[in-house]
Amino acid sequence: MTVKFCWFNLMPWPDLPDDFKTEHRSVWVDIDGSLFDPERANGVYHEYMDQLEFADELGFDGIGVNEHHQNGYGIMPSPNIIAAGLARRTSQAAICVIGNSIALYNPPHRVAEEFAMLDCLSGGRLVAGFPVGTPMDTNFTYGQIPALTREKYYEAHDLIMEAWTNPDVFAFDGKYTQLRYVNCWPKPIQQPHPPIYIPGGGSIETWDFCLENDYNYSYLSFNGYLAGQTLMDGYWNRVGELDKSMTPGRAGFAQIICTAATDAEAEELYSEHMLYFFNRCLHVFPGFADPPGYRTVKTIQAGKLDQFRKENQALFKRLTWKDLVEGGYVIAGSPDTVRERMEDMIKRLRVGTVFCLLHMGNMPDWKTRYSSQLFAEKVMPGLRGIWGDEFADAEDWWCKPMDDRVRPEDTMADARRYPEAPKGPVA
Amino acid sequence: MSATDTAPAPAFEEVVITTRRSVTAPVRVYEPAGGASSGAATVLALHGAGGWLGDEPVLAGLAGAGLRVVAPVWPAWSEHTDEDRLSDMQDFALHGWDVATEMGLLGGEGASNGAAGGGLHLMGHSMGGMIAAEMAALAPQSVARMALLCPAGMWLGDHPIPDIFAMLPYQLAEVLFADPNVGEEVLTGGADFSDNETLTRFMVARARQQGMAGKILFPIPNRRFSERAYRVTVPTLLVWGRQDRLIPPAYADAWQAALPDATVELVDGAGHMLPYEQSAAVVAAVTSHLTS
Repeated sequence: MTVKFCWFNLMPWPDLPDDFKTEHRSVWVDIDGSLFDPERANGVYHEYMDQLEFADELGFDGIGVNEHHQNGYGIMPSPNIIAAGLARRTSQAAICVIGNSIALYNPPHRVAEEFAMLDCLSGGRLVAGFPVGTPMDTNFTYGQIPALTREKYYEAHDLIMEAWTNPDVFAFDGKYTQLRYVNCWPKPIQQPHPPIYIPGGGSIETWDFCLENDYNYSYLSFNGYLAGQTLMDGYWNRVGELDKSMTPGRAGFAQIICTAATDAEAEELYSEHMLYFFNRCLHVFPGFADPPGYRTVKTIQAGKLDQFRKENQALFKRLTWKDLVEGGYVIAGSPDTVRERMEDMIKRLRVGTVFCLLHMGNMPDWKTRYSSQLFAEKVMPGLRGIWGDEFADAEDWWCKPMDDRVRPEDTMADARRYPEAPKGPVA
Repeated sequence: MSATDTAPAPAFEEVVITTRRSVTAPVRVYEPAGGASSGAATVLALHGAGGWLGDEPVLAGLAGAGLRVVAPVWPAWSEHTDEDRLSDMQDFALHGWDVATEMGLLGGEGASNGAAGGGLHLMGHSMGGMIAAEMAALAPQSVARMALLCPAGMWLGDHPIPDIFAMLPYQLAEVLFADPNVGEEVLTGGADFSDNETLTRFMVARARQQGMAGKILFPIPNRRFSERAYRVTVPTLLVWGRQDRLIPPAYADAWQAALPDATVELVDGAGHMLPYEQSAAVVAAVTSHLTS
């Protein structure tokens, strides 16, 4: 199998003020509305979409978007809108929507429909993510009851999967959704359904759900691969316990990456933007992070609780570039340095998909492209073959586009040409 | 925030029941001062989202004033883990009646409230008040009188209720108590949260109990009771702390306006945790209302 590299853009707001951390309570949920400038957003959205399209040209296997609400580091409440634009203007990369918080759609069947549209539009390039959703998005912004969120999520999943796989019109009598006529129209190109990715933040129940259904489990945290190893080890132990194949395709990981000509140049170019991300974008009021009932008892018992201590609210540390690089939060440096650490990361975590966070915080466009191009040309090729040919089922976790799909070079030329009038009289 | 054992004999006996819905949970019974066979009226008392704390001075006080108090521990507030069987407001209200049935408080020998001329008295604090009110709306003919202590269940746009679900544990006392220093002690029982095991136990209890409370209180503690309030024709006393910073006294007026037969009593020196801050005043007001 080849390792899949997905260029991911969180779409952060680039203008959070210098005193954001001291003068504002939270980057998420109740972020100050006056910080958003819609006219500025016109340029920001296009810049970010241009970068995603550039990543397709650079040869990344996928381009990725996700869903957040009322969030200063993710101005993408509807990733499907962005994905639709990308599907039109790219032709190679998988369109990775990681994903739609399925319990938030009313009815969740909407996700089956929109993802089917995206799969058709992109010619079968969709990778479909089904996150449970963070408490900030799901509970505090979208008002879902924490203790019932998971149950609602599983029900939404069942509805969507049946909508994709049941060829007949059927009735769905759920606790949260009742539909008399479910009839997904359009249907996805990829059969029986697009590959499913479950982004997880550390809820251990999610592992079994992924393994029972053979979905990819992707650990999306910003804490880097060294901190992520404990959790991924737990996941792979569970894979072994359930006697599933150990294919790296079962797992993905999000990693912040900064590539430059030299290690020193990486610090010089990128450190201010990484610090912007960690010190401003991740400034979330801790009361929004864990509404009672959202995490299960099992997860609490396995987890860390330091964030809830009063003294740790005051002691919230200001991270430095050195902390970020040494702690593995950021893989940064020359192509050689980055390749070496990426190889270590991929092997340690045993992952088949890497969500490459190459734009972070308030990074300007030129730096983003510079880092991405160096990575694509000098790092990525040497990493693709890490897992060799050992795993026969490895490609089960990636999209399978149709060969003769419509490509932008065709449609864009056609769109600009006035069609010839038909010969003869028109009825 | 669970009941703690104290050295002196508790003022109540605890029985464990299983309802017909197969929910198992303990029930506290406070026998009246005159003794179990005195034919005293019975009060079904429902706790708030904090659960029963210690011996509950108000419940003991009502028993001391001659009332029999039956006080179920709501699912999730005990070690029994049947809370998944209850999902919404209707489930909660029916569970209250299921407990009353299981405890023999409805019909049959020893079930009637002689003093009140039949029917059961209901009392509830905060979330418990919300449930009691819904029970009364479902089956007003089974209720004699009702006392609600700063109940949840309404939402006034001009008086938004602070979001307890987004509060860190150490922020609660400030909102819940007129005197936050007293509150800290009542809420934590003096537990040391620098100890990881204590903190984990606390967080698990919080997840279960407040997660359960969230089924009727999150994200807005309003399940449209006001549309059913017209059914609650029983005489109802609303007791409110003047310093209630969670559900401010403006809500007392809203409840009084919504209920056909309600009176309000405001208590000084009390916040939302009024049964713990001014228990004697609460006992006096509730006793007077239920025995009048």
